Amino acid sequence: MKKLGKQTIKFDLPPTIVDCASIVGPKEAQGPLHNYFDKTLDDEFWGEKSWEKAESKIIKETVNLAIQKSNIPLSQFDCIFAGDLLNQCISSSFGLRDFNLPFFGVFGACSTFVESLSLGAICIEGFANNVVCTTSSHFCSAEKQFRFPLELGNQRPPTSQWTVTGSGAAVLSKTGNGPFITHITPGKIIDMGIKDGNNMGAAMAPAFTDTLISHFQDTNRNPNYYDVIISGDLGHIGKDIAIDICKAQGYNIKDNYNDCGVLIFDKATQDTHSGGSGCGCCGSVFSGYFFKKLQKKEIKNILLIATGALMNSTSSQQGESIPGIAHAISIEL
Amino acid sequence: MNPIESKETYKKYVDKKAPPSPILKNCFNAFWVGGLICTLGQIVLNICKERGFDPQTSGTIVSILLIAISAFLTGLNLFNKIGKFAGAGSLVPITGFSNSIVSPAMEYKSEGYVLGVGGKMFTVAGPVLVFGISTAIIVGIIYLIFNTQSITLV
Amino acid sequence: MNIDWSSVFNLESLLKCFLVGGLICVIGQVLIDKTKLTPAKILVIFVTSGVILGGLGIYKYLVDFAGAGATVPLTGFGYNLAKGTIEEVSKLGLLGAFTGGVKSSAGGIAAAVFFGYLAALISKPKMKKQ
Repeated sequence: MKKLGKQTIKFDLPPTIVDCASIVGPKEAQGPLHNYFDKTLDDEFWGEKSWEKAESKIIKETVNLAIQKSNIPLSQFDCIFAGDLLNQCISSSFGLRDFNLPFFGVFGACSTFVESLSLGAICIEGFANNVVCTTSSHFCSAEKQFRFPLELGNQRPPTSQWTVTGSGAAVLSKTGNGPFITHITPGKIIDMGIKDGNNMGAAMAPAFTDTLISHFQDTNRNPNYYDVIISGDLGHIGKDIAIDICKAQGYNIKDNYNDCGVLIFDKATQDTHSGGSGCGCCGSVFSGYFFKKLQKKEIKNILLIATGALMNSTSSQQGESIPGIAHAISIEL
Repeated sequence: MNPIESKETYKKYVDKKAPPSPILKNCFNAFWVGGLICTLGQIVLNICKERGFDPQTSGTIVSILLIAISAFLTGLNLFNKIGKFAGAGSLVPITGFSNSIVSPAMEYKSEGYVLGVGGKMFTVAGPVLVFGISTAIIVGIIYLIFNTQSITLV
Repeated sequence: MNIDWSSVFNLESLLKCFLVGGLICVIGQVLIDKTKLTPAKILVIFVTSGVILGGLGIYKYLVDFAGAGATVPLTGFGYNLAKGTIEEVSKLGLLGAFTGGVKSSAGGIAAAVFFGYLAALISKPKMKKQ
């Protein structure tokens, strides 16, 4: 691999995404993408005693499914990259403790899916033959940790986003016929001073556009190069903001740009306000929807940019603003 | 104009971009639900009065009853639906206080009955008691200072 | 004992209660929609203003006018704390400042703790459908 421009990495032997798996919760199953997910759950507990245990089970089963679909025996995997939103990433580490594989816990808030794909791809070019990259999130465990108890009778402001219950997992391999991960553009931490925890889209949009534009500059590509440009979970408001910022900087992304948080729910009927969020949003929408489109060759390349808000409840209570991050990965046939 | 020219321009731009809450609709719902909860309290209060209870006791009975109803509705997973519809209409009456105690207690049940339920019960409502009681003590002390001639210190 | 239902359902008292109680909630709703205050902070603002207005002797007029319309909202809880404190201060002096408030609202606090624990014992949180 080699570095292009300021912050992009180009692979000499691009790793193949062999297969992907996705499992989502009941609300996501009622959304517009319901047919694309591998498995949908009937209830958020999935037979477990707590939200946290349920989330661990979701990530575990998603990884199981991805490995199964890839037809690569478990013993031939070199490592797992995984992350989630819960304190100290317990969903991933508890969910994946029985796989008996080297494990890298990754945290990049909702940008984790692309972060783990990037690290996995680097490993493939380095020492590994097969790796799994995965993330999960759960509406109830996230609400409990970041916001309020579920039974509290509060109202959600129109700018708020809905954490996706679900997980996505991708199997990367040294050998295969694509889709290939050709470039990655890791993002910088960008803080534009937004403090409103109920408007994450606005906090993350500047990080998204920074990474996007850096990617174009480093690779000498432009928005038209890609069939689709997808952000992780900026939601409806963040998506509009991102389009505006790009336009102001001379890039028109309006025609081929969309957002996983916008796609996963139907705003009109599901009352999700600004759309979906969480590590599971980008993970499940890419694994469920876009990967299948790549497989069917309906699209031939995609720039996937997962976005994350790097805050926790302590930082917001101490009056800190919300730093955003976005990692980009270019996937081509 | 570039929205991310500076933090200030971005904040202004975001404030303009964010859709406002449907405040008229919310206020209307808060008004009638809140009014109705109070009216329910008034009916109970009137019954107590008819039964010959003094106003202080009647008031306590009303509080306990509304708190119990609200705790019950929270336990039945219904209060959050009322709260989503009515907003401050169910938050501001004593029902909201009760809900803010029951909801964390339920949520943290998975962390055990002592430190989970017992310990987290007041994560939302604790400040209400802290500020209410402390302010009342200050009010009492101020009252004492301004009325020293009529009161003997203990 | 016979209950005089016509005075229980005294329309004038119920209407006053409905209007005042509703309007106090509207103030709360404006705070929710126009500021970024969390529910806990809004409850604190209401209870503290109730204590202060009660201590200043203003809230009493609202209670006389609207009954439960003024006592059921959390401002009424604050008013009750202030009223109890002042009554006990009159009787006991400084000690009353510490005993009066909680004494007068003991029923509500104890009920919240007890029913809160009970409800948590018998039920489980459920996913919000919307």
